Parts: sequence; structure tokens; C-alpha cells
Amino acid sequence: MNVIVCIKQVPNTANVQVDPETGRLKRDSADSIINPLDEYAVEEGVRIKERTNGKVTVITMGPAQAESVLRVAISRGADEAVLVSDKAFCGADTLATSYTLSCAIKVIGNYDIIICGKQASDGDTAQTGPGIAGMLDIPHVSYVKKIESVDDKSIKVERSMEDGCDLIESPIPVLLTVVKEINSPRMASLKGKMVAKKAVIKTLDAISIGVDVEKIGFKGSPTQVMKVFTPHIEICGEKFSGQAHEVASAFVKKLSNTGILQK
Amino acid sequence: MGSVVKILNDRCIGCGTCIDACPFAAILMMKRPGHDSKIELAVIDSNKCLCCGACVQACESNAIEFVKSVSRDAVDRNLYNGVWVYAEQRHSEIADVVYELLNDGKRLANKLNTTLSAVLIGSGIKSNAQGLIDSGADKVYVCQDPVFDNFQDDPYTDVFVQLIEKEKPEIVLIGATNIGRSFAPRIAAKIGTGLTADCTSFEIDLQTRNLQQTRPAFGGNIMATVLTPSHRPQMATVRHKVFKAAKVEKNRKGEIVDFKVDAKTLVNRTKFLGFVKDLGAIVNITDANVIVAGGRGVGKGEGFKLLEELANLFNGVVGASKAAVDAGWMSYAHQIGQTGKTVTPRIYIACGISGQIQHTVGINSSNIIIAINKDATCPMMQTATYALEGDLYEIIPNIIKEIKSIKDN
Repeated sequence: MNVIVCIKQVPNTANVQVDPETGRLKRDSADSIINPLDEYAVEEGVRIKERTNGKVTVITMGPAQAESVLRVAISRGADEAVLVSDKAFCGADTLATSYTLSCAIKVIGNYDIIICGKQASDGDTAQTGPGIAGMLDIPHVSYVKKIESVDDKSIKVERSMEDGCDLIESPIPVLLTVVKEINSPRMASLKGKMVAKKAVIKTLDAISIGVDVEKIGFKGSPTQVMKVFTPHIEICGEKFSGQAHEVASAFVKKLSNTGILQK
Repeated sequence: MGSVVKILNDRCIGCGTCIDACPFAAILMMKRPGHDSKIELAVIDSNKCLCCGACVQACESNAIEFVKSVSRDAVDRNLYNGVWVYAEQRHSEIADVVYELLNDGKRLANKLNTTLSAVLIGSGIKSNAQGLIDSGADKVYVCQDPVFDNFQDDPYTDVFVQLIEKEKPEIVLIGATNIGRSFAPRIAAKIGTGLTADCTSFEIDLQTRNLQQTRPAFGGNIMATVLTPSHRPQMATVRHKVFKAAKVEKNRKGEIVDFKVDAKTLVNRTKFLGFVKDLGAIVNITDANVIVAGGRGVGKGEGFKLLEELANLFNGVVGASKAAVDAGWMSYAHQIGQTGKTVTPRIYIACGISGQIQHTVGINSSNIIIAINKDATCPMMQTATYALEGDLYEIIPNIIKEIKSIKDN
């Protein structure tokens, strides 16, 4: 089985700090990592490859430095990596991104399963995966928490829902978006790191994937950011300190005065 | 093509205001050849710039130009009219978020002087239509067929796309549930229109009839208002409990329209094999009104018994931070935050949770946040509505005692 895994480079929010005065991200702390949920996508792709023989190709759209997350994926078992990069892709929303990636995936070709993480930690939209499937006109299943079985014609998966899980069968090719429960991603081996260091990363630009220039980047994005503003954050309503019983009693009194306890 | 934010060198005075305004660290100060060598001017790193326009607003010298190129794929917006809400049902039950969307959808429809419609897709679900009308829908499109018995992305997308292409609504609102988040992007991709995820408020620009869609970006540190200026319909998803449910007016008048589909021609490649109810999902923390959550500071798995005792007093449930779940103290079903669930309770009590941004994005919409922590300087204590400083193992038993004594009287 040939698997394509779509990954994204995101700011490392674990280290991001917010300037309390401006409410903005402190830039020096915002280095980049592989989107956490994409690690599960890579792992699942590698597991499918190990079971069925085939290869895993990781793909990302982004600036030149996004190459680093592709190397992370190779160190964890991916075979090939493709960086889709062009100034013309800049300013893309989820629709233009889905379109661009779907064009690149057509160029890569010969795939059975495409896997994406459920959502990226920076945008949180969860839109690009299903969007790609729509553009490629292949079925997709979101929120996959388990692959029950897979052969060269079809795949059975468990889809995680609010109230339980649905069992869905899909023909191949198919696109899956995966949730955390699906596996525990492996750490990179020393050998994997060596391979990743030396790996040649293929770069595809707008011309090589044959995109319609009207559908990419800022121009191809139906949604446009009108303005960005800092939400009003109330810095603490009320503080309670002192002995534990004093804190508790003052606080409960406050709660009962505000009527919260009665509701 | 591409980046369209430009610094006008002759106007830039090198004040650096734009650097502070840029949420993406995409602006640097550099010396320019041919300019006074002492002054560094702003430069935009086009690899990082997302064209948000924050710097344009911030610049006091009007030295930043933002050229918006309009896509040629634009549609004739005048053909599109009406506000739609997707009336999601699962196992024949309408999702709560639908009534909330009908409430805000009604407000938008009134502003636009147009109608509010609900779209109901399923099998044997027509009896739910009147309830949608009672909650404000003027019209309900019913798409009934055994093929819609259970949610699958293919047929649901196909019928929704057909309906949109036939009726041409200007706005489509969909709940940001697992179902909504799964097929809304597919619909948008098929139609080729914009979709804004997880909006928290809407406004209308009456001149253009554009929907101003506001959503948190970068973990809620920044809010972004997004437009879909030249495409229709304007699509957006909204999480549960962002809006209040619509008032119910029994036996309200409205129209029920059957949208006939030929199931044979419908795209339908996947097969639904079954549903397994998650018994653990009894802890449906996303629906809870009160959540008592524990983090690293709880220190041990048994500590969550104390949290549960407190939660029970409020008829609430217990949640956990990623740290607590990773430590094995609670199961993943309880995890709140970026890699867990987003919750919107009336009261959120954070015990021993420092309030890392990945956690707080999951609780931002809570009405009242109460923090109990030894460290008064941690972010959770700084932003909480009520911050209780001290050892949770001393404070919580005292709170329980106090509340019990009030309840007994």
C-alpha cells in the first residue's frame, strides 16, 4: 500500500508566550515543530506500510524551512518527502491549500491511502483534510481512531463520534483524518535520524504541479482576514488567599451571593 | 500574485510599531541601501506573512500598503439570498447546537431582511421539522431517504451541494460537531467557497451583505474577523454553546419543503457498518454545565476522587489537563484542551492547573473560571474570575464542607 501523509509545520505553542501588555505572541519563543496530531498520521502511515509493504510519502506545503518537519517524518519511518513550495502559494486559506495539495498529490500519484492529522494546532480548522478529499473526489473518513482492516480494495475504520464510534467501510483510495487515540507515535531511531539527515527532499512549485494560478495563494482564497485584534482579557476578577478555611469560606460566600449555588 | 502587503520606503520612519502589531513575527527592521544609513526600515518576511493586515492598521505613517486582489472566480452575489442552518441530527435527535444557530441565524436573517431556513437530512426525520420552525426557521428543507440513515460524508455532501446549487443561500451555518467539521469542508471544496471554522460571533455589513465572521486564532490569543467577500454562500461552523438556544414558539407557522433526491445517482462510496455506543461517553464533558478539572498539581490519581466529590455537589463532571491524562490519573475521554476536548461550561474549576495556552484554548468560552493553585502567579490564576491561592487538598475539603452546610440549611 502506498500512503501519502500530509503534515504541517506549526509554531511550537508549548513555548509560545504571550506578552501580557500587548496580548500578542512573543516572537522569539515561537519556533516551529511538526503539528502534534500529524505525528499520529505519520505513525499510522508507517504502520500500514510495515503491514502491507509499500511506501510512505510525506508532503507539506510551506516555505523552504518547512523542510525540517519532513525530515522529522523521515526519521520516524517515512520513505520519501515532498515540499510544495512557491511564493505564489502565500496567503492561502484552507480552500486554496486543499486545492494546492490536491494538485501536488495528483502529481505524486499512485496512492492508496492519504492520511492527515485531525487538525493543525495553529488554525484548529480541521478543514484541509476533507477539502483535499473533495478536490480529489475520493471518499474520506474523519476522526479515525482505529483501522480495523485494510486490503488493496477496501478499508474498515472506526470513526470517533461524540457518543461512541461508527464503523465505516470505504473503497480505496481514501483519505483519513486521524485522532490521538489511533496509536502512540514512535521515537526516531538513531538510524532514522541518519537517514533523515541525508534524505533528498523533492520540491514542487506552482508550475510543476500545474495549478490554476487563480485558485492558489491569496488570490485563490475566498476567505480574507478583514482585521485581527486582541481579545479583551480580564486579568483576574478576584483573588482569595490566606488560611485554607478562610479562603474556602470567603469563596463559598461569594458564590452564594452571586446566586451560582442556587442554580 | 502571492503576498500583497508592502512597505512604502518613502513613508516608513522606522518606528517599529508594526513589529509589535504583527502576530506572526513577519516584520524585521533592516538598513536599506540608498537610504540614510542610520535608520532601519521595516521589511516584511513574505515567508511568514499571512496577509492579515494587522500592521496596516497599526502603522501611523500609512507606510504599509495592503493590495487585496480579488479572485476572478467571484460569483454574482445578487443571485444568493437567505440564511441557512444545517439541522444536524444523529440517531434521529437534533443536535443542541442547531437551536443555538437558529437563534443567531434569525438575528442575521432579520438584519438582511431575508428568511431563515433549516436543512434536515436523514431517514424518517420529518417529524422534527416543526420543532425547527418553532425555534425560528421560516422554511425547512427535508431530505429523506434510507441512504441518509447514518451520517456518511459522501451522500450528505452530495445532497447538500445539490440543494445549495438549486436554492442559492447567501449564508450557511453548520455546528462545529464531528459531523459538521467532517463534511462542511467537503461541501465548501465542492462548491469552491469559503468556510470559516469555529466562529464565536457574527455581524453583517449591510452595504455589501457580507458576513463578518469572528474566530479565535493562535489559541485564542488573537481574534480574527474573516470575510468571504466575493463567493457565495458564505459558510461558517460554530461550536456548541457559543450562542444561546432560540426561544420556542409552539406551532409557529412555517413551510416544510421536501427535497427529492434520486438515491441511485447520489455519490455514495462508503458503507456504514455499525455504531458502538461508548459507555465511557457517559462523561460527556462537552455538555456539562460545571466541570471540576485537575492538572499536574493534583499529584496523584486518587486526588481526582476529591475533585469528583466537589463536582457532584454541582451536578458537574470531572475533567483533566493533558499532564494529568499523560500521568495516567484520568482517561483521555476527560482531557480538556488543544489535544482533548473544548468545553463551554457555566463554571470551570481548575485545580492544580497552571493554565498553559494549550489547556486554556479548551476552556475560553466558560462563563466563570475558578482557579485553585499554590502558585498565585501562574496564568490560570491570573486570568480566572476567582483565584483561590493555596493547597487544593486543604481548600477543596473546606469548600465541600461549606457548601454542604449551606445546602443542609
